[in-house]
Amino acid sequence: MLQTEIAVLRFGLGARPGDLTAATGDPRSWLRAQTQGEVQLAGMTSLAPSEQIFAEVLAAREERRDLKREAAAQPDTDSKAALNVLREAYLPHYRAQVLARAQSATLTNRPFAEHLTHFWANHFAISADKGAIFGLAGTLENEAVRPHVNGRFVDLLTAVEQHPAMLAFLDNQYSVGTDSAAAQRAERRIALGNSPKRQFGINENLAREILELHTLGVDGGYTQQDVTSFAQIITGWSIGGGKGRLAGGQTGRFFFRDNLHEPGAKTFLGKRYPDEGKAQGEAVLKDLARHPSTARFIATKLVRRFVADEPPPAAVERVARAFVNSDGYLPHVYSALIDAPEAWDTTPRKFKTPEDFVFSTLRAFDTPPTKPAEVIRSFELLGQRQYTPGSPAGWPDIAKAWDGSDALMHRVLWASLVAERVEQGVNPLDIAASSLGGYVRPDTLTALRRAASGTQALALLLMSPEFQRR
Amino acid sequence: MHRRRFLLSAGAVAAGAALPRVLFANTGGTARLVVVILRGALDGLAAVPPYGDRDYADLHRELALAAPGAADGALALDGTFGLHPSLNFLHERYHAGELVVFHAVASPYRDRSHFDGQNVLENGLTQPIATADGWLNRALASLSQRHAGQPERAVSISQNVPLILRGDAPVLSKSPMATPDVDEDLLARLADLYSKDDWFSARLSEAVQGETLADDSHRMAALPAMSDVTATQPGKSAAADRPGSAARLAALLMRSDGGPEVAVFEATGWDTHANQGGSKGALAQRLAGLDNALRMLADGLGPLWPQTAVLVVTEFGRTAAVNGTRGTDHGTGGCAFLAGGAVHGGRVIADWPGLGHNALLDNRDLRPTLDLRSVFKTVLGDHMRIDAGALATRVFPNSNGARPLQGLIRA
Repeated sequence: MLQTEIAVLRFGLGARPGDLTAATGDPRSWLRAQTQGEVQLAGMTSLAPSEQIFAEVLAAREERRDLKREAAAQPDTDSKAALNVLREAYLPHYRAQVLARAQSATLTNRPFAEHLTHFWANHFAISADKGAIFGLAGTLENEAVRPHVNGRFVDLLTAVEQHPAMLAFLDNQYSVGTDSAAAQRAERRIALGNSPKRQFGINENLAREILELHTLGVDGGYTQQDVTSFAQIITGWSIGGGKGRLAGGQTGRFFFRDNLHEPGAKTFLGKRYPDEGKAQGEAVLKDLARHPSTARFIATKLVRRFVADEPPPAAVERVARAFVNSDGYLPHVYSALIDAPEAWDTTPRKFKTPEDFVFSTLRAFDTPPTKPAEVIRSFELLGQRQYTPGSPAGWPDIAKAWDGSDALMHRVLWASLVAERVEQGVNPLDIAASSLGGYVRPDTLTALRRAASGTQALALLLMSPEFQRR
Repeated sequence: MHRRRFLLSAGAVAAGAALPRVLFANTGGTARLVVVILRGALDGLAAVPPYGDRDYADLHRELALAAPGAADGALALDGTFGLHPSLNFLHERYHAGELVVFHAVASPYRDRSHFDGQNVLENGLTQPIATADGWLNRALASLSQRHAGQPERAVSISQNVPLILRGDAPVLSKSPMATPDVDEDLLARLADLYSKDDWFSARLSEAVQGETLADDSHRMAALPAMSDVTATQPGKSAAADRPGSAARLAALLMRSDGGPEVAVFEATGWDTHANQGGSKGALAQRLAGLDNALRMLADGLGPLWPQTAVLVVTEFGRTAAVNGTRGTDHGTGGCAFLAGGAVHGGRVIADWPGLGHNALLDNRDLRPTLDLRSVFKTVLGDHMRIDAGALATRVFPNSNGARPLQGLIRA
């Protein structure tokens, strides 16, 4: 693999016709230029913001309640329709987000920055498998990640942890301090016999995953006591627009509920944090963002994404040092990655994930998708339904997680379907040259020339070892 | 279907796999094993409520299940433990003497990360190691070689192979999502194109094997086609997420000629931090789905059921007390199930530590009193007939403390 191909195919998202020429001059500068400024969605799309989606879903819930009441009064009413209200409110947003993502990946002139956006969205993964956030899955990536991809890690981290989709995904919005005003009030009511007995307390889900998956890493040096303490610190980090105990705040926006917050100073990782309400948790995030374990954990994942499944220690060390020295200023971190000699190993060591495969294919043919169903079905077929990693750990980034024999057969099937739909007159050899440049092997070119049809040649190209790796 | 014919031609092209397949009817003889992994940490105190424990109802509060006989109460087992009312099939198997329920069990892992917990559950070691292979794969490697034409003894019901089955022994993967036929000429040419790349070559050859098996088992008629899978409902649509489809496919493949003796599938959605529900609700629905899948597995295996053991495990249990959002957080000790015609069941095996404040681990979790590897070793030794020496060294290194149990498998 040559330098230009490495920049475009490994760091980027694959080559459109002309891309390999554009990056020929100085591949490193071409990459570095992409690490400045906001990373906006490429394409014409305008997506609904999360607060609008939240408002729509609240309205749908009201409607569902009404329908349920009707259904109870009149047995003939179709109650199944009532249950689908929520899903239907979310569905158009999910479809729009998935389409916009694929269009942007195809059209962007800053594919390294887009790739980094995907990296961070997967690092801070939420999953549309959770019905409550189904239609919000893309909003975290577009609203919390994109503005900070080329900024400071602490700002990215804070934006993500205070994004309503994350708070809802990891159940923090109803986490209640046991000594909070709300809990105290409820206990008085229970004592007076005015309220059913119900447990108030924390939910440690978000706190644990911030430590384990977003910052320090599982071996980063924290205890169960730290998890519990951190969970207490971020009680009150919630979403505006509820009712009763949860009234207040703007619908669908981050809202600090003082009445749910556990009062008092807390000790976390051996340091005492005075109670400053919302700022108590933000102070913890600041310290987590500059922790050496965080630097190492992020560096390891970046190197795994852009170099090899087994990250070379020297490259990890270089990137982690840049993280520490720059206090998590991400352009410097990316720069260290670009400077790592291991990243320019001429033998590609990464087997493409389905996402890598789909996006690089769309770019190879320079054809942004136009229908959400095409994108959704493609990823379903290939085993990586968009925004559904299934767990907060995100999609795995090693070949072993994607190289099952059945998965390979699905790739062959998808490649055939794509090849059949490509316009007549597209020359497979031209596509091979523009999408792989000097990386294409003579054997592959021979196979393309000997193919029974142009369609078969294109399928062979997409399934060639060099197109399947980066 | 012409896959079998193609298999030979692909083998002829793809480096050295050109031996003809020996066919045999998969109806009798050797033992069968199915492992079901519940990812996300099942609440053992919900699935197997210890209603006889005096602290249970106080801790599990609104999630606690009532004793058998009460409205929405647990299904009776032995006077101390019950089964969640969603688990009808397992309850039937218990009373048919075909289910052992384990409680207060855990892998050697003692922290509370899903991902490390699953890693240890599947790697069979004492700690998470990113590069490890899986204990079930190491167990397969300890068995005698199977006929060369089809060396894969195990199948993962998924597109990709989970850690428990990764390793040196060849393994098939097959997902429940049926696919239209791929052009055979394309496959043959790909085999040719991969001939200098062992990594791709091996996978393509296995992929073709998998297709052949699936064709043999008439999967196309029995499973939803792509067009049935509506592409619009994450979490509800993909057949891969429905344990029932996975169970049915596992049974079909195991029944087919030359089919695998071992199958693994998984079910997700057990991470119930909020609104877990009790006899009804979110977890109850998941459990009903699991129970139904196990019933479909048994029905599908049919004549193979008497020689089958089905192991159902999860990475750890959940907190004994309900949290602030009507759910439970990550814990330690939990439950496991061993079902099947080959199982000497009708028993709960639990050295019950109790749920009193001082009995709990770290004042929060059910304290484990049995190492899951003891169960694994017993099943692999007594059922799959794997040599005890191999189990103690290669398959489960550093597991001297986890001794095999007696009498779990029918003689």
